[in-house]
Amino acid sequence: MAMRKVKELGINKTYPGKLFIVEGIDGSGKSTQIYLLKRWLEQQGYTVFFTEWNSSDLVKDATRKAKKKNMLTPTTFSLIHAADFADRYERLIWPHLKAGYIVLADRYIYTAYARDIARGVDPDWVRNIYSFAVKPTAAFYFQVPVEVGVSRILRGRTALKYHEAGMDLGLSNDPVESFKLFQGIIKNQYDAMADKEGFHIIDGTLPIEEQQQQMRAIAKAMLRRYKPPFVTYGRSSANSEEVNDK
Amino acid sequence: MIQKDKLFYGSGLPYLKMDKLPGYLIVIEGADGSGRSTQITLLKDWLEGRGHAVLDTGLKRSTLVGGTIDEAKRGNLLGKTTLSLLYATDFGDRLENNIIPALEAGFIVLADRYIFTLMARDMVRGARRAWLKEMFGFALIPDIIFYLQVSPDVLLHRAFMQYGHLDYWESGMDLGISPDMFKSFKQYQAMLKDQFDNLAQEYGFITLDGSLETEAVQQRLREEILERIDL
Repeated sequence: MAMRKVKELGINKTYPGKLFIVEGIDGSGKSTQIYLLKRWLEQQGYTVFFTEWNSSDLVKDATRKAKKKNMLTPTTFSLIHAADFADRYERLIWPHLKAGYIVLADRYIYTAYARDIARGVDPDWVRNIYSFAVKPTAAFYFQVPVEVGVSRILRGRTALKYHEAGMDLGLSNDPVESFKLFQGIIKNQYDAMADKEGFHIIDGTLPIEEQQQQMRAIAKAMLRRYKPPFVTYGRSSANSEEVNDK
Repeated sequence: MIQKDKLFYGSGLPYLKMDKLPGYLIVIEGADGSGRSTQITLLKDWLEGRGHAVLDTGLKRSTLVGGTIDEAKRGNLLGKTTLSLLYATDFGDRLENNIIPALEAGFIVLADRYIFTLMARDMVRGARRAWLKEMFGFALIPDIIFYLQVSPDVLLHRAFMQYGHLDYWESGMDLGISPDMFKSFKQYQAMLKDQFDNLAQEYGFITLDGSLETEAVQQRLREEILERIDL
């Protein structure tokens, strides 16, 4: 196959805000960590905008229905999630960054890379789709062994959802077994891209406090020359959704 | 006769095991009012009369995200990249769940518009050509692509005759070219036509004059099909 060149992320786009994102397999603890980072930033008086994967109101409905009916192919799975991301990106993430706010994202385009490639679509094709998005200020990758993530998820859970368990990949007929194998593939994808994408790797098996310290140290360095937007009166207009830790 | 050396424009659908499709994919592109659906109905009659199984399929007929697109367009709520991706999702759904299975079963598929309408609309709205080309690299290369070319002037009168008014989206009102719908329609349709003319060259469309009588266009379509496909 001929090599196709994928354009760099968000070519020629600069923004005064800061974008911190977290990635990792299910159960890696990333949602807890980004919540704690959010609390820390807010306590310092920063206005923070938080957004999570798969949460655009408009697209969510279609995605849920499609998933329920198992109508999605790897390509349409990828495209519908890209539409969800694009909706949040165009209406929320990008305007907030341009306005100079700190944006925190629980999962970013790397989740799509990992999952879609695991489902068998062409890696360059996925990367091209998301090339409209800017590179984050810092991407934190919470690295844990598959067994650790999986056991955290399975503890206190009733049943795994079809796509969550990666059942559509046909790895195993047993949802738990399929989930383990699927998470393993995702982890390999993350590990493989970590260097190239410049992830800050954080050992997700460390105590929560220690991970948070590392995260804050990195964020602090990135915020050294950051000037928050000047708001003259009243409460900040930036919306902040509650962290919904599943 | 047609010789295909590859199935897809780009990266394709790598997880599908497909070597040869016994059916034929015939695409008809053209603006709203170019007579596409009339011509497809007539072609279907003709082909079925000759004993061929035919599937006709249009844009936005998939059940996956069609509702979301309609809802979003009503409120004009979506950014251009989001809308692009929703249309691409819809197209992907139709391609994998309708078009490919029909082609595998030996049907002749008549597609009322294909990726080119989506590309033209997006490019007019500022999408990068390279981005679109790569994204639609999962599309099957059709056996024949017809383009019913009609001037914006003719389209204007056809829109009045058919609907009695100009449509918001077909007038490109979301682009803010002009608050005057008449002006906007003519400019927008001219911009689309430019994009189609470019695509016609790049993708090897067979361009037909869509302002001719219905029967004359149908005659040309049949001749071109017989010349290219061994029916």
